[in-house]
Amino acid sequence: MADTVQTWGSTVPDKAAAKPNKMQKFLRQRSTIAFLMCLPLILIIICLVIYPAFYSIYLSMLNKSQTRFIGLGNFAFLISRDTFWQVVAQSTIFALSAVFFKALIGLITAHLVNNLPVKGQRKWRGMLLVPWVIPLALSTLGWWWMFDPTNSAFNYTLRSLGFEGIPWLSDPYWARFSVILVNVWYGAPFFLIMYLAALKSVPEQLYEAASIDGASAWQKFIHITLPMMRNIIAITVLFSLIVTFANFDIVQIMTAGGPRNMTHMFATYSFLLGIRSGDLPLGAATSLFMFPILGIAAVFILRGVRKRGREIG
Amino acid sequence: MADVELRNVVKKYDDVVAVASINLDIPNHEFVVLVGPSGCGKSTTLRMIAGLEEITGGEITIDGSVVNDLPPKDRDIAMVFQNYALYPHMTVAENMSFGLKLRKFPKAEIKARVDNAARILDITELLARRPKQLSGGQRQRVAMGRAIVRNPKVFLFDEPLSNLDAKLRVQMRTEIKRVHQKVKTTTVYVTHDQVEAMTLADRVVVMNAGRIEQIGTPNDLYHHPATRFVAGFIGSPAMNFVPATLESVGDGLRVRLSDTISFNVPESRVARYKPHAGKQVTFGLRPEHITETRGHHNGTGQEFTAVLDVVEPMGMETMVYFRINGTELCGRVEPTASGNAGEQMPLRANLDQMHLIDPATGLVL
Repeated sequence: MADTVQTWGSTVPDKAAAKPNKMQKFLRQRSTIAFLMCLPLILIIICLVIYPAFYSIYLSMLNKSQTRFIGLGNFAFLISRDTFWQVVAQSTIFALSAVFFKALIGLITAHLVNNLPVKGQRKWRGMLLVPWVIPLALSTLGWWWMFDPTNSAFNYTLRSLGFEGIPWLSDPYWARFSVILVNVWYGAPFFLIMYLAALKSVPEQLYEAASIDGASAWQKFIHITLPMMRNIIAITVLFSLIVTFANFDIVQIMTAGGPRNMTHMFATYSFLLGIRSGDLPLGAATSLFMFPILGIAAVFILRGVRKRGREIG
Repeated sequence: MADVELRNVVKKYDDVVAVASINLDIPNHEFVVLVGPSGCGKSTTLRMIAGLEEITGGEITIDGSVVNDLPPKDRDIAMVFQNYALYPHMTVAENMSFGLKLRKFPKAEIKARVDNAARILDITELLARRPKQLSGGQRQRVAMGRAIVRNPKVFLFDEPLSNLDAKLRVQMRTEIKRVHQKVKTTTVYVTHDQVEAMTLADRVVVMNAGRIEQIGTPNDLYHHPATRFVAGFIGSPAMNFVPATLESVGDGLRVRLSDTISFNVPESRVARYKPHAGKQVTFGLRPEHITETRGHHNGTGQEFTAVLDVVEPMGMETMVYFRINGTELCGRVEPTASGNAGEQMPLRANLDQMHLIDPATGLVL
């Protein structure tokens, strides 16, 4: 325990200073040493996370030319805009559907890989991780190219099979589908690897005990695997929800929020307002809206995780 | 409740033979213990009965029907695992009732059975807890409770006590015996601990290297071992083995351990050993049959003198170690009778309890 008062060398009396003064005592405390060793990290977090966060809160309360303090004016303005509510809805749909399919596909593939013979497993694990390993901007460009309406891989294949080409990125609904698809393709391997690790940590004897208790494969999944994985599922879903909700690169590269703002997310909308249109305070206000939404989700999910952690241990 | 039969059961992993054609009949209500050193195939045999391992050859029947291709859930067996394998996310009551729920028993029946099993095992006040909140002994009881509520045809125990500390192990051993006396379900119990085997079993099956060495009641195995392996495995401290020569002396026989020490073979054994006269044999005698000379044993005691190597006082008795022809032997003497290490001590061997073993085949003659 870092916060209990334990002193170094307290059993060895210091000859030079039989009664160490307060400063020396303070420096010898374990918690002080722990703090000093964490200091570099704390400084980095202060500079790169905490300062920008507070600065963006300050920024969001200024007027467009950053000359006057306008309080919650930017937030009030955003709330009154239909486009903003459209962005809220789109971000939510995007994050929820993408995370759902990522988790589902991750769970299914993790099971498949886990049931492969040990010899082949490494190969498949490696291959299935590829989408997650390629730099996202590059792979998204690849997808963008495949979604091209004229003679791209998808539409060429569709046409040569006798179907019509699909306006992947110019039809609003197909565009939403496409960005979600790319996000799922990119994010599912993360779930795969987390779930695979979770699956491997379930003791084999629990399944044997369940077999003897009369459980079918499906019942074992429902009554043993899922409950044993609940914490990992909750944490991966929370983590992915945050990352997906704040996604920028996929949407920016593929559609830049279009057509007709129908694929805008918080991050791309904030970028549009703050950088493209030059209203930094309004952009900051937009991105700050994500905070309470994700904060509430995090509190609920983590509370469940802690409770189950105490029960199962 | 049912009888279990194993007919020429074989288990191979690729080319490695884990279990080599064993035959075993376990009648209804019997408590059978499979015992042997690690890797002897006892756990594999149990897991084959459970259906957790496929069998390579032979036939297993439970209650008269062949179960070779039946999955574990259809064999109507219950198993207690070494590390208990309790479901950590379920309460004790849920752990115990899981099998019944899957089999769609009515709720009232489930509750009645769980309550009854909890009463038998004295865990009623633990029913709402989770495994994490239980001690090792309590987990062990819950694992047994999970088996009892099912009221299965056969109980299978896979080294259930090896994760407990020594004191608790003795206590749970008694508990298991008590439960078996109450529910009388046919039981197959695997352990590497011969004391557990001796104390629990109606019959003990000693296994070695994938084969059955001997099947018998605990007393049978102790007093009439069939092979050198069984003689050495059962009993603690282990039986003394000394290379010896069987000599004919007139009508009688004499077993010579060294130039100076030889014993007359008791008359009752002469006819049995006569064909082996003149051959090399292994002489076996348990430590408790080497005592101080003042011992009031009946039977043929023959005295000899040994220089004590090590003396181990145990309180109620003292172990004395000495050498004959370079082989170390152990004797059990009264604490008051023992000499000190390095001293000479007169000892007495009770030859009515001796065994002679053919060194080539390992069979007891």
